Amino acid sequence: MKISLRANVKRGSLAGVASVGAAALLLTGCGPAPQAGSPSATASDYTGCIVSDSGGFDDQSFNQSSYEGLKKSEKDLGIKVNQVESKTNNDFEPNLRAMVSAGCNLTITVGFLLGDATKAQAAANADKHFAIIDVGYDKPIANVKPIIYDTAQAAFMAGYLAAASTKTGTVATFGGIKLPTVTIFMDGYADGVKYYNEKKGKSVKLLGWDKAKQDGSFTDDFEKQDKGKQLTQNFLDQGADIVMPVAGPVGKGAGAALKEAKAAGKDVKLIWVDSDGFLTAPDYKDIMLSSVMKQMGSAVETVVKEDKDGKFTSEPYVGTLANDGVQLAPFHDFDSAVPADVKSELDQIKKDIVDGKLKVESAASPKA
Amino acid sequence: MTDQTQPHHPDGNPSGPDADKHEADKHDTDKHHTDKHAADKHDAGRPHTDKPHADRHHAPKPADEETAAVVSLDTAGGAMGPSAVPATAQSGKIPGGPETLVRRIFTGSGTVSVLAVLLALILGGLLIALTDKQVGATASYLLARPTDFLSAVWNAATRSYVALFQGSVFNPRGGGIGGQFAPLMETLTIATPLITAGLGVALAFRAGLFNIGAQGQIIIAGILAAWTGFALHLPVGLHLLLVLVAGIIGGAFWGGLVGYLKARTGAHEVILTIMFNYIALYLLRYLLNTPAFRRPGESNPISPILDPSAVYPQIFGSQYRLHLGFLLAIAITVFVWWLLNRSTVGFEFRAVGANPKAAQTAGINVSRSTILVMAIAGALAGLSGVAQVAGTEKVLTDGVAATYGFDAITVALLGRSTPWGTFAAGLLFGAFRAGAVQMQIQTGTPIDIVLVVQSLIVLFIAAPPLVRAVFGLNPRRKKPVTAGKSKTAATTGGAA
Repeated sequence: MKISLRANVKRGSLAGVASVGAAALLLTGCGPAPQAGSPSATASDYTGCIVSDSGGFDDQSFNQSSYEGLKKSEKDLGIKVNQVESKTNNDFEPNLRAMVSAGCNLTITVGFLLGDATKAQAAANADKHFAIIDVGYDKPIANVKPIIYDTAQAAFMAGYLAAASTKTGTVATFGGIKLPTVTIFMDGYADGVKYYNEKKGKSVKLLGWDKAKQDGSFTDDFEKQDKGKQLTQNFLDQGADIVMPVAGPVGKGAGAALKEAKAAGKDVKLIWVDSDGFLTAPDYKDIMLSSVMKQMGSAVETVVKEDKDGKFTSEPYVGTLANDGVQLAPFHDFDSAVPADVKSELDQIKKDIVDGKLKVESAASPKA
Repeated sequence: MTDQTQPHHPDGNPSGPDADKHEADKHDTDKHHTDKHAADKHDAGRPHTDKPHADRHHAPKPADEETAAVVSLDTAGGAMGPSAVPATAQSGKIPGGPETLVRRIFTGSGTVSVLAVLLALILGGLLIALTDKQVGATASYLLARPTDFLSAVWNAATRSYVALFQGSVFNPRGGGIGGQFAPLMETLTIATPLITAGLGVALAFRAGLFNIGAQGQIIIAGILAAWTGFALHLPVGLHLLLVLVAGIIGGAFWGGLVGYLKARTGAHEVILTIMFNYIALYLLRYLLNTPAFRRPGESNPISPILDPSAVYPQIFGSQYRLHLGFLLAIAITVFVWWLLNRSTVGFEFRAVGANPKAAQTAGINVSRSTILVMAIAGALAGLSGVAQVAGTEKVLTDGVAATYGFDAITVALLGRSTPWGTFAAGLLFGAFRAGAVQMQIQTGTPIDIVLVVQSLIVLFIAAPPLVRAVFGLNPRRKKPVTAGKSKTAATTGGAA
């Protein structure tokens, strides 16, 4: 009895699911059939391809920005696009081989971990072009264009801005994993704070990074937001009121901790990295002082366009303040809160860095 | 732990060389028999730890633990032979075995494994169709022209799977025979670390241990093997041999340590192995930030490239990645098969896995078995670490183990913890991974679909009644009681 009852219930629920599904199909399925026609043809035979590292194309960081840059080229330049995500480091070489055999004219690889694999495939396929994000080779390879960023320049401005804006005299930063592409932000930030102290005779303290020792606070991955939250909480307890997380999505953990502090009546601010956080992380708009931006999408677009027009070179693309490859984002809602003289000092710093009067150096700076 | 059994066995070792030889002889003459039958027929002077009911699949519920103990004790002093009870032949509940669910998962029949793969592929196909743009477009005018919708669904799924096949086995558009079979070579390459790590997990399963630690074992092996490979500069042959030995020792040490802690302190191996995975990973990250493991003049956490003398030679030349490690994996599979089914040590492992208490009562040194099986499991996983650093990657990064340590668990499950089953499952997963690249490029199907299919396979293997129900294989018209869940488990055991 029991069993048959159960069977009935099962059948009943199955029938229920089926009828709901059918109803859904009926509801959505009553549009008219389209007339036969040719789909929009791709204008160009040029194929641009991209291989991610294990972060995937939805990492809200360099994979995503590079991918979006390529997608934009697809629309603007009418090229064909192939993309393949790497789930682990093991996927790099098979993915690259597959891209070569898929007939890609230019293959963009993202991240230093792909450095060896890209080098090997470039050597084996001299007629194919490659571009690699965040990797500079000691000896240039004829068919590989490195796309690198002197992020410390923009981070320097962020450090100065933070030091000029802090109310408590303490600012903080932390990283995801101790990689050069992460520590370069922290180096620039530290130097910016130091520069402010020297100029103004103040002693704003920086938590989370010691440039001389090249050591500081890290969450040890780019995933666990609660660790970012915990670190930020610690910084707040030590008196910091402005935090710059250099940890991709983990930055949201910092945002959450700061929002809580703000709700508790503290005057705290967040500095985002990679993209303009006011636009890409709108949850934290009300605490977003500014962002240190790496314009990867536009760099990818430029490289694709150059290659399509037959102007490929192995000369590295170095994103700097001078070519707007790195930037300090607009202040948005905080525009009125930043004093005019700080703004003009930041403009002056930018000018000095561009002119070479002010040197921002980091152990992780691209060797150009 | 084993003290109480000592009085029954003054020599402390029930499996002397004579017994070994004797048993080996029997097996030689009786190759087509399963262990169980062979053991039942030939009593080789070892205590009988097994009870008749375990041999029959529809036997009444096993007697309670007390009876088991009495039976073991009764026979312990006598001249009765052992009954090797392969974990795969266990049916239903084991007296005194706390992990009956675990065992049921590992002992599903071969049919269920195949059906689970099939079902996962069908569901994967539906998911592909569901996310396909063309399917979405045609669904909006489903009623006006339903054939469009159905053909779109069919196309989406088949296109993806054809690409999967072309990327993993045979690509008709490849250049020449070499190009056409290149995908197969890739499959074998990716399968290599899966097979060896899978064997490590499977071996521990058979001894009743849930080895989640293959990941950490691969990492430790990778560290030692990579360091030997790039820091030492030795002649060809000797260098690779040393890399291999370093990897095996590293894995065996990391696995054996877990076995030791479990045997000495009773700490649970699942907790231990998970924690050891973290320790290994953070140790690796730390080391990669030290000058000894970094490339001179660079600050990225990536090791120097291994010397050419330290890497596996490629079997079919440089256009394929397939390396000597694959042949080694075949040899290792044979070895594990021999170890489990033909050696005394393997017999003890299985006896401990079937019922540790009975094994202990029968005079098997459970502590020693636990340490040994974990060390061997670690050594097997260590071979995967070597395959990574000396076979495909040729450098050490913090992603050296990729997800092989965890995939290995799935592989062992799908292979039902038998050596050749694990080998086949490793090949299948290698094919999935290799084919996913082509699937992504040709059809834009995200690689995650392959991960979903892998996960679905595990899900279905863990729930054999579900799979049988879907394919209408559940015995019908049985009495209500026999249709219950516990009894269906009993019918799964027979295929081993």
